[in-house]
Amino acid sequence: MTILIDNAPKIKKSLQPKGFLRYFSFSLDHKVIGIQYLICGFLFYLVGGTLASAIRIELISPLSDFLPRDVYNQVLTLHGTIMIFLWIVPVVNGAFGNYLIPFYVGARDMAFPRLNAVAFWLIPPSGLMLIASYFIEGAAQSGWTAYPPLSITTPQSGQIIWILSVLLLGGSSIFGGINFIVTILKLRRPELKLMQLPMYCWAMLGTSILVVLSTPVLAGTLILLSFDIVAHTGFFNPALGGNVVVYQHLFWFYSHPAVYIMVLPAFGLVSEILPIHCRKPLFGYTTMVFSIMGIVVLGLVVWAHHMFTSGTPPWMRLFFTIATAFIAVPTGIKFFNWVATMWGGKISINSAMLFSCGFIINFVFGGITGVALAQVPFDIHVHDTYFVVAHFHYIVYGGSVFVIFSSIYHWYPKVIGKLLNETLGYLHFVLTFIGFNLCFAPQHWLGLNGMPRRVAEYDPQFQFVNQISSLGALLMAISTIPFLINILMSFKKGNVAGNNPWNGLTPEWLTTSPPPVENWEGEAPLVREPYGYGKDYL
Amino acid sequence: MLNKSFYLILIITSIIGISFWIGFNINLLPEEASINAPIYDELFKILFIIGLILFIGMTALVIFSLFKFRKKEGQFGDGIALEGNLSLEIIWTVIPSIIILFVGIYSYNIYERMGGMNELNHHHENLNTNSEKIWAGINKINNKSGFGQTAIEVSAMQFAFLFNYPQGEFISGELHVPVNQEISIKMESKDVIHAFWIPEFRIKQDIIPGQPTILNFTPTKTGKYPIICAELCGPYHGGMRASIIVEEQSDYEKWFKQNNKINL
Repeated sequence: MTILIDNAPKIKKSLQPKGFLRYFSFSLDHKVIGIQYLICGFLFYLVGGTLASAIRIELISPLSDFLPRDVYNQVLTLHGTIMIFLWIVPVVNGAFGNYLIPFYVGARDMAFPRLNAVAFWLIPPSGLMLIASYFIEGAAQSGWTAYPPLSITTPQSGQIIWILSVLLLGGSSIFGGINFIVTILKLRRPELKLMQLPMYCWAMLGTSILVVLSTPVLAGTLILLSFDIVAHTGFFNPALGGNVVVYQHLFWFYSHPAVYIMVLPAFGLVSEILPIHCRKPLFGYTTMVFSIMGIVVLGLVVWAHHMFTSGTPPWMRLFFTIATAFIAVPTGIKFFNWVATMWGGKISINSAMLFSCGFIINFVFGGITGVALAQVPFDIHVHDTYFVVAHFHYIVYGGSVFVIFSSIYHWYPKVIGKLLNETLGYLHFVLTFIGFNLCFAPQHWLGLNGMPRRVAEYDPQFQFVNQISSLGALLMAISTIPFLINILMSFKKGNVAGNNPWNGLTPEWLTTSPPPVENWEGEAPLVREPYGYGKDYL
Repeated sequence: MLNKSFYLILIITSIIGISFWIGFNINLLPEEASINAPIYDELFKILFIIGLILFIGMTALVIFSLFKFRKKEGQFGDGIALEGNLSLEIIWTVIPSIIILFVGIYSYNIYERMGGMNELNHHHENLNTNSEKIWAGINKINNKSGFGQTAIEVSAMQFAFLFNYPQGEFISGELHVPVNQEISIKMESKDVIHAFWIPEFRIKQDIIPGQPTILNFTPTKTGKYPIICAELCGPYHGGMRASIIVEEQSDYEKWFKQNNKINL
């Protein structure tokens, strides 16, 4: 059964604010909501980045001398929570998903525009509430994992606000997930087969399945945790007969898939960016689709690899080792296919392309340390050390954030109608790439040699390497400046982009820049071959 | 054509050669001071070499493609409309699967040698915990009881470790153990989750309130090594450290006699 799309405008245009004001309104336009997600996410990224800088400043010296100890723990908790729930998840899903998915399925908006707006407008208040908790009695200080009994014994108000805010953000994520699934499956043009959709649709379909299946588990867990905190129940409180390891299982049942919620959409975005700039069809479309679905299935059954040093029996350790390591196979397929897409192409080297290539290199590195970490005997030494910190930053920063920047360089001309400055883009890439690797590569060594994570003080023998890492963080902070200048300057003074500056074939390039409300002035184009480069379509 | 495949083989061999050289000559790990450590380092070396080959290979491919296939000045049009290649796809599905399978079996073997697969729910006499369920840990002990010659109870609290020697009924703030002997520690937390980590021994185990965990190890080198808490446990987490002092049997006995409360 397919619901036919009513192509007539449904939203009363007169009621929607015009111009710049619409970005501050309860707009129902999927493109406006997408931009709202992106800008809101980026502002929180600046907050999270400031917190990261505070952590790196603290770690310049081996003593706890920059921040008070409890504030340091609040800073690391807020840093993790903000970067995950308020920056990467909303941006790779909400921002790009909302902007692109209706174009890709040939629709004029998302399936549920009001739900879409609600999903976005849950984010700013919960983010502000989370940050405000610092000024009440101090923010949560038990890490973004909030393991009990620590989360039960630390000051209550911060922890409860943290739970409420994560619950709201989880709700926003579920609303978004349902909306994407329905839009992709039911709002798709009837002539368009699933296997003709751009890869980002598949990535968002897989991601949304993960969101809908696993986020409710986190919500349930956090509600039980809040009972333990305010009503003194004993679900996870060992003093009352509770079990702390059960919390870890429930938490990671969401939080491992959360990694795929952060990287699968990034995989999808790269699959859109590479073919356009390489002028070649995406290599191995069918295997790419199957590997996304393979990652979705495997991603749900690997959570206990976060718990190899907790109370897990030997058989469980073995099962989760094998399941985790096998995720490398579908992931590897995707990377080989991207390189094969580049091979023999006519590659335009520009900022979008450089960030995508940076993503491939960084993510391969993070993936390799990931396979190593999946091995129980390997993990037992480096679990909860800086090795793990380095590993997941290679995945979420070197992976997802690099793709976010690549996507901004790629789609800015469409959204604004102006081209970004390439020189500033190169500068941004070089500073980010060097800064990132300088910051996180040495942390692998720190972890192997005895520096645990989440510490404000450490063995003085690690000081030099920590200073190198902090220098890298400084470069990363500086790299934001050319990026911001570029975004703001090009908005006013950039060269006019035209409708299709990259000669892309995916539907969003076949309309004006910026696109009108309802996406196309007339009939929507039917794109059966979104990657038909080299076939004289243009 | 021959020339091309010759260069390809040359490049692949040199990447593998470089990776092996780095793997064998650059040591990223701390001192080896327990039976576990050399086994761990063997696994590390293999994973490091495989990882290097893949990483250098992929990075080289990306950078090479960027240069080789970049659009030249005045060049227009698209690349070839190549949409896939089944045999290539099969190759890069099967080869990684074989590598993963090999790594999995190999690491299982390593884990077995570390004693990780041993059943932990033994009843045992040394520690007065006959009916208690032991939850987890690494168990590398050869004798039948499943517990080492020296048994010590560790209790962790915010922000210290205490070591209880039941055979001498005394508590110490430093963990003293004799070298080349199987040591069993049974750990329990008084408040939040902590972790017991000795980097030089390559072992770690969470210390969980309400659920005792066990860790067995055999130190092989005398000296003083740090014991580090590796699970966020509160404001002073970074300062939660203790020392393990591995001594010759005679020194250990001397220390034990000095502290022993039973024979006084």
